[in-house]
Amino acid sequence: MVELEILTYPDQRLKQVSPPVRQFGEELRVFIARLEFTMRGSPGGVGIAAPQVGYFQRIVIVDVSAKPKIPGHGRMVLVNPEILSWEGMTRGREGCMSVPDFTGNVMRAERITMTAFDEEGNLQEYLCEGYEARAVQHEIDHLDGLLFLDRLVSRHTDLFRRKKYDNKICNYSA
Amino acid sequence: MSSWYMLTVVGEDRPGIVAGVTAALFKGGCNLGEASMMRLGGSFTIMLMVELGGSDDVLQQLVEPVARSLGLHVHIDSIEGQLHRHREPDVSITVYGADKTGIVARVTAVLAEAGLHILELESDVAGNRENPVYVMHIEGYAEKSIDLLRSALKVVECDGIEVSLEAVDTMIG
Ligand SMILES: [Zn+2]
Repeated sequence: MVELEILTYPDQRLKQVSPPVRQFGEELRVFIARLEFTMRGSPGGVGIAAPQVGYFQRIVIVDVSAKPKIPGHGRMVLVNPEILSWEGMTRGREGCMSVPDFTGNVMRAERITMTAFDEEGNLQEYLCEGYEARAVQHEIDHLDGLLFLDRLVSRHTDLFRRKKYDNKICNYSA
Repeated sequence: MSSWYMLTVVGEDRPGIVAGVTAALFKGGCNLGEASMMRLGGSFTIMLMVELGGSDDVLQQLVEPVARSLGLHVHIDSIEGQLHRHREPDVSITVYGADKTGIVARVTAVLAEAGLHILELESDVAGNRENPVYVMHIEGYAEKSIDLLRSALKVVECDGIEVSLEAVDTMIG
């Protein structure tokens, strides 16, 4: 299989809204396989959206299972995904295959519920949290022509909202 | 052949410093790179990578008029630096507490010992003259391990300094 070419900003096609998938079948399955192959060929990539390879349909793949100690659903193929609810906000660092050599902090919902069709056309429901929820939100943004650059926040944001780590041990002698 | 320079600009804060300096550089055919520009105290400070097909004297002459008219002090260093040499942080640390002599030195010494390579550091003093509160935010790279940094910080926490450390795992998608 050959990797698909990834569009990089300032390619204006990345800023367009993609329409939903209307037809499931062999053509879609073949495209999804190539999209997944492209994602796995990209170092550190845990998600990809169809518009990133110039295919303007609402298709996303997310798989955070390569990351140690991060819970998730494994390989998720999300066709026409719809986020139903958002809960909590956290700041996290993101990068994008379509924006090389730059990473930045972005606020995302901590928890989302979502419906999406799988590659066979069956409607599925998901509850995603943390890192996986971040990846899903980043990829769905691509379907709406949004890049993480559109959501950058300053380092000051959320400075004191993070949880302190526990187990304060102070009986040391200096 | 063009070279990169680090242009440092410091002056009493007033509107128009960034626009004035960058316009002069643009007109002089300079290419601008990474930069940090901020107000510190009543001063405005700029650290800016500038690429230019000429010597540091040429650069000095380019910024001289705007520096004079806005009362800015300018310093130029020739650097080996290049663009696209980012290093990703893998840890983010916030420290705050009553401002005490030596707090920065104490915290950063402990972190350096535990293998922290600081990529960015911002600090500020909040509160008021009687009760100053020191606030510092660091993004860095753990040369050894994040756990080592975490245990190192437990020591300074006992001095009444509040510390939070968070691993940064950049999501690429
Ligand atoms: Zn992306």
